[in-house]
Amino acid sequence: MDFLQQFCQQTLNGLSLGSIYALLALGYTMVYGIVKLINFAHGDILMVGAFVSYFVLKQWGITPVTLMLSFLPAMLFCLTMGVLIEKICYKPLRNQPRINALITAIGVSFLLENGARVLPFIGPNPRVYPTLPVVNYKFFGINISQVQILVFVVAIGLMLLLNYIINFTKIGKAMQAVSFDKGAAALMGINVDRIISFTFVLGSSLGAAAGILFASAYPQIEPYMGIMPGMKAFIAAVFGGIGSIPGAVLGGFILGVAETLTKGFLSSQLADAIAFGLLILILVVKPSGLLGKPMGEKV
Amino acid sequence: MLKVENLDVYYGNIRALHEVSFEVKKGEIVTLIGANGAGKTTVLHAISGLVPVRSGKVDFLDQDLTTMAPHKIVQLGLAHVPEGRRIFANLTVKENLEMGAYTRKDTKAVKSDYEQVFTRFPRLKERLNQMAGTLSGGEQQMLAIGRTLMSRPKLVLMDEPSMGLAPLLVGEIFNIIKEINAAGTTILLVEQNAQMALSIADRAYVLETGRVVLQGDAKTLADSEEVRKAYLGG
Repeated sequence: MDFLQQFCQQTLNGLSLGSIYALLALGYTMVYGIVKLINFAHGDILMVGAFVSYFVLKQWGITPVTLMLSFLPAMLFCLTMGVLIEKICYKPLRNQPRINALITAIGVSFLLENGARVLPFIGPNPRVYPTLPVVNYKFFGINISQVQILVFVVAIGLMLLLNYIINFTKIGKAMQAVSFDKGAAALMGINVDRIISFTFVLGSSLGAAAGILFASAYPQIEPYMGIMPGMKAFIAAVFGGIGSIPGAVLGGFILGVAETLTKGFLSSQLADAIAFGLLILILVVKPSGLLGKPMGEKV
Repeated sequence: MLKVENLDVYYGNIRALHEVSFEVKKGEIVTLIGANGAGKTTVLHAISGLVPVRSGKVDFLDQDLTTMAPHKIVQLGLAHVPEGRRIFANLTVKENLEMGAYTRKDTKAVKSDYEQVFTRFPRLKERLNQMAGTLSGGEQQMLAIGRTLMSRPKLVLMDEPSMGLAPLLVGEIFNIIKEINAAGTTILLVEQNAQMALSIADRAYVLETGRVVLQGDAKTLADSEEVRKAYLGG
């Protein structure tokens, strides 16, 4: 019973962590689906989102209401940033070999991290992210904190919203059309550039939200905080099948659970090794990922 | 309606079109025929804005298309059924048609246009919620044409509509093209199946290695010795 309880507890923790990975992984997978670029700067969007909400909460004070309200400025700031990054850094490289944009993405990532470090009001030192007093609820011997509830509610809510946008709105269907065939989409009168911008809008807002949730769960923020969750979310996206939206969600949850179970039962030091081991395993066994379609070269 | 003058297109340093000029008048079916690699598809891509034009003019309803973005060109009423159909296999039949009507805001008229597409292609109605990738080749071609009609085009560019289809279906598709034209839509048709194309066209241009080498009335060209030898198998 004790083992079972701990197993359930760790799984719950993992699902909570995994939903943050999933939110972030969605940004990787959507951008990849549309412009075939691994946007390595995406993890740093999480950091920016966390900092924006940090400053907002400093101003307003932390209450459940201000915490929820702080999503708005953080998401707005990050989506603007995402669109600008695409327009300035990636768009001019769209017809160049793919590796050019990839290297640029890594450069943008360094720029964001170190840019934040030199900004006088951010700086290199970690800060304590404001949190609400911890409240734990107990169900059948399993603890669930109000932060975890917040993470679940926000993450699942945003995923449902995203699902609605992509599958039931005109612009969402246009996104799918563009990701399938840009030229044919343009011939339908779809403004491909605008759809690409919109993809960055969606991805970056989800990234910002993931940042707030991540900071609420691990309340210490600093300019490099986005690297590890960014890497894990990238793995989650590849694991689930890069370009596949359900795949990113599934991959995020699996990665989160794998991480907490390893921490709970094997060793905390091994947790990251297991995550990266999973990536290698999936690349060997099923290179297109769990839900990805095998992609032959298009003729 | 469409006037192309001295069109030059390059792929890198390779010249694909040499001062191609032709004209499509309102209500006509005009066909561009020629062998593989003659530049037929390039002409259509240049008109639709999918490849950059080095020099020359493309006038559609008194507007210059050479520097216009592809999605703007569609809004002017010039639609393009691309080679190989290029339907969105990851969307349903219905969603593909919706994408065809992407630029339109007149919801009511769009609804009646769906009905028109369904009367023309009853098969599409049967398969409305099926993924487009699961359709047969002929059905995909019908979807590609139906999708284009959803934008209410004044001029339709058709690129190899007969490609990869069984002979019976080819006839069906060409009948449909004739019907669409009879309903008031002008058509510029690119075909390797020169015989079929000439049989429904009003006028024709023959393209050879990026140049217009012959032009004239479709009937006359179909009877001419040169065309017979080169494109109609004697």
